[in-house]
Amino acid sequence: MEKFEQRKFWQKWNLTSNEYQCICHVLGREPNEIELGIYSVMWSEHCSYKNTRSLLKMLPTKADWVIQGPGENAGVIDIGEKELVVMKMESHNHPSAVEPFQGAATGVGGILRDIFTMGARPVALLDSLRFGDFHQDHTQYLYQGVVGGIAFYGNCVGVPTVGGETIFSESYQGNILVNVMCVGLVKKEKIVLATAKGVGNSIILIGAKTGRDGIGGAAFASVELNEKSEEDRPAVQIGDPFAEKLLIEACLELVQFEEVVGLQDCGAAGLTSSLSEMAARGHSGVEIELSEVPQREAGMNPFEIMLSESQERMVVIVEKGKEERVLSTLRRWDLDSAIIGHVTDNQRFTIKKHGQVVADIPVRSLSDGAPVIKREIIEPLWQKEIKKLNLDEFEEYEDYNSILLTLLSSPNLSCKEDIYQQYDHMVQVNTVVPPGDDSAVLRLKGTKKAIALTTEGNGRYCLLDPFQGAQIAVAEGARNLSCKGATPKAVTDCLNFGAPENSDSYWQLVQAIKGLSESCKFFDTPVISGNVSLYNENDGKPIDPTPVVGMVGVINDCNHICTLDFKSENDLIFLLGETGNELGGSEYLEIIHHMKRGLPPILNLAREKKIQSFCRKMIEKDLLASAHDCSLGGLAIALSESCICSGLGAKVELKTDIRSDCCLFGESQSRIIVSINPSNYEDFVEIAQQENIPFQQIGMVKKDCLKINQWVNLPVSQLEKAWRRKKNA
Amino acid sequence: MKFGVVQFPGSNCDFDCYYAIKNVLQVPVDMIWHKDNDLDGYNCIVLPGGFTYGDYLRVGAIARYSPIMSAVLNFAKKGGFVLGICNGFQVLTESQLLPGALIRNTCLHFICKNQTIRVENIDTPFTGMCQKNQILQIPIAHGEGCYYADKKTVDELEANKQIIFRYCDGSGKITKEANPNGSICNIAGICNKERNVLGLMPHPERSTENCLGSVDGRLLFESIMMYLKKKSILVK
Repeated sequence: MEKFEQRKFWQKWNLTSNEYQCICHVLGREPNEIELGIYSVMWSEHCSYKNTRSLLKMLPTKADWVIQGPGENAGVIDIGEKELVVMKMESHNHPSAVEPFQGAATGVGGILRDIFTMGARPVALLDSLRFGDFHQDHTQYLYQGVVGGIAFYGNCVGVPTVGGETIFSESYQGNILVNVMCVGLVKKEKIVLATAKGVGNSIILIGAKTGRDGIGGAAFASVELNEKSEEDRPAVQIGDPFAEKLLIEACLELVQFEEVVGLQDCGAAGLTSSLSEMAARGHSGVEIELSEVPQREAGMNPFEIMLSESQERMVVIVEKGKEERVLSTLRRWDLDSAIIGHVTDNQRFTIKKHGQVVADIPVRSLSDGAPVIKREIIEPLWQKEIKKLNLDEFEEYEDYNSILLTLLSSPNLSCKEDIYQQYDHMVQVNTVVPPGDDSAVLRLKGTKKAIALTTEGNGRYCLLDPFQGAQIAVAEGARNLSCKGATPKAVTDCLNFGAPENSDSYWQLVQAIKGLSESCKFFDTPVISGNVSLYNENDGKPIDPTPVVGMVGVINDCNHICTLDFKSENDLIFLLGETGNELGGSEYLEIIHHMKRGLPPILNLAREKKIQSFCRKMIEKDLLASAHDCSLGGLAIALSESCICSGLGAKVELKTDIRSDCCLFGESQSRIIVSINPSNYEDFVEIAQQENIPFQQIGMVKKDCLKINQWVNLPVSQLEKAWRRKKNA
Repeated sequence: MKFGVVQFPGSNCDFDCYYAIKNVLQVPVDMIWHKDNDLDGYNCIVLPGGFTYGDYLRVGAIARYSPIMSAVLNFAKKGGFVLGICNGFQVLTESQLLPGALIRNTCLHFICKNQTIRVENIDTPFTGMCQKNQILQIPIAHGEGCYYADKKTVDELEANKQIIFRYCDGSGKITKEANPNGSICNIAGICNKERNVLGLMPHPERSTENCLGSVDGRLLFESIMMYLKKKSILVK
């Protein structure tokens, strides 16, 4: 009878019978209910990466400047002058789909903790968001909720939200993506790791009391959403940004103390994962007493206490007998704290309640013990078909004015001011290039340096060709940074895919990781952190595969930064790179011809790298007046943006050896639009020729109107109205 | 000359104010903990922006009961300068050092952007360095910055020239479109009758360096510095 009950239990928690047998083998006995619950969560995809661990090994993670790669709470790179950049991106897709405001808010809270856990002050947030059809009421509800939740949390904790993306596509209907990236700064000698070491050292739980919220959140994140998912709302946690703000300040004081051995946040799977991970990293064990855990409500059972995902909690390991300074600091910040246990040397995770052992598990089996799942890699049958596209089927037009206005006012290409103005993007007074440009730039106080930050991902490209789509995400990310003058240094990623049991999704995942890997190696931007979010489906239909890349670049001299807006009339406009007869996977094809097919644009990595490094060099030499990445929506959209943001116009003449629609709206890669002062013409051309850069002079900055060949002729004020989605546009 | 920046739980522009005063304007400044109650030796106290106590209950409502606030009240009573920025302004109205209240923006959400404001009165210690009707570019970042007071209070503010800044468009016109949050009479900042307590929603500490896009915020700090300098010369 008892066994039957357990069986039902592990099935409910998505463990397989093979996994159950593994657990019995590791323990040398059958697990009790608490142990089984702990395993079920720790071995969920969200915590164990059992489907992806072997694949992720393909990604490059090392470089001279990488201090910490994957495996800690966040990745760390050295950017010189004793400054370290700490960064991580994480998904909060499923919670946000059922409770957008709190789902997104706690996503922000979680990623912030990953950063200050390392001893770094969080200095920037970025959000990469995907929603369903813009025109549906439910999408609007989710979208407003997510943006409101990010604003609620990020604004209150005083970390600027400086960038991201917001994309609408039917593919995400019912399964939105909320990927949140956080970047922190720490001085070289101050970095802290999340380990539990030193027998007898105290385990102190600080911050919020433990309640029944968010129980099973990690497991919830590891199943497909369906019409019943809204009933899982109790699995979504509630955020308290005020408590988080106190935690940030208090923890950044604690990490200055020598007696603090390790620090870890309580994220997915709560105390269970934070303690087992710390012990595993420290090659030690932990023993805790549940009755010492401050609880929000009476009568919580051990399972609930261990798996609660109550937010704004941290675990700190402090040298035995030296707890007082830590405790008094926490009191000064009015934060609750309790010594809940100590570090042992038996490599076991021992949980007691009122002195009675209620669970006793070998630590390593929780963090690394989940059986790795290997699957067959089979290309979907429809993949070849979807790549077919015959451009001759599409009519070319004489006049593209109304098409340009339609595209400019479309949800994915229009101005995102309504979103980023809801975020405090200036607090901490570092934001020198605010949101709205290719990437955001933050100066580093007390140095000449600056960092540029961006997120990039294109689900449509990845649907058509996941390998190339993933490669492009990295290339575009690097280009976004290069357009501001920053050298790309490292990547954090969120891999958003469907269920791995679905062979199409699994193939997409494998291809995308290969693409990321090749591209990251080529650009010398190792992947230093990130997460994987599988089971992004709604009623059996997977989302477009969406690897999102977060990237950081370094600018050595903050005085040499470029922005996308044109600067003065009569400046010369150049296009770096080449335009091909490409429309596959473009925004134009989807919006104007309602088609999602073809090959994504060709990417020549070598050419891409050459053009980016040329662009950076020109910015460093102060030869550019503006630089703008030419990507989603193509050349006409990029030119429009450079016009609108400056209030200036442009007269552009493009070569007509390729189709007009491809010229204007094709999304050929490796292209940058730059403008230069005429006095810099000779220097610019000389260096471009020396370096064998493909470039052409396409026009000149003018007053008031954007004119492109005979195809487009519109006042900038009209472009702006459309782009800002002002009524009566 | 010494400034103090009060650090409440949930303040998040405290370091920005500290940085602007110390590193940009190069004036001595201390952080002051909210549980302290001594302001001896300071000339100007800044209540910074942020979300004191998470803005729970009502913006600024809990912070006014911090121990430091009774010291701030005394300090102001004795003529010390108090500058409340954003959440600091909200704390000042809650403490009744300034009249009126700050309520939810009429658009119902948080707004962060560059904003132009017009200097309405240069005859105060906070605006002495400004030109008459000068247009300043100083960012705003708030969800509850809609200034409200009853007609009698607003009339009094007008009569006493206590309205120091109004939201305006780029050419200095006071229009409805230029009003980002629905504040009555486009009010962005006011002072008390005695002119030693100023509250404003825009963030002058965010516009003190060229790389941040504007240096207009310096004028406020420099005005105070200038006033204090003159006063100390007079005393000598």
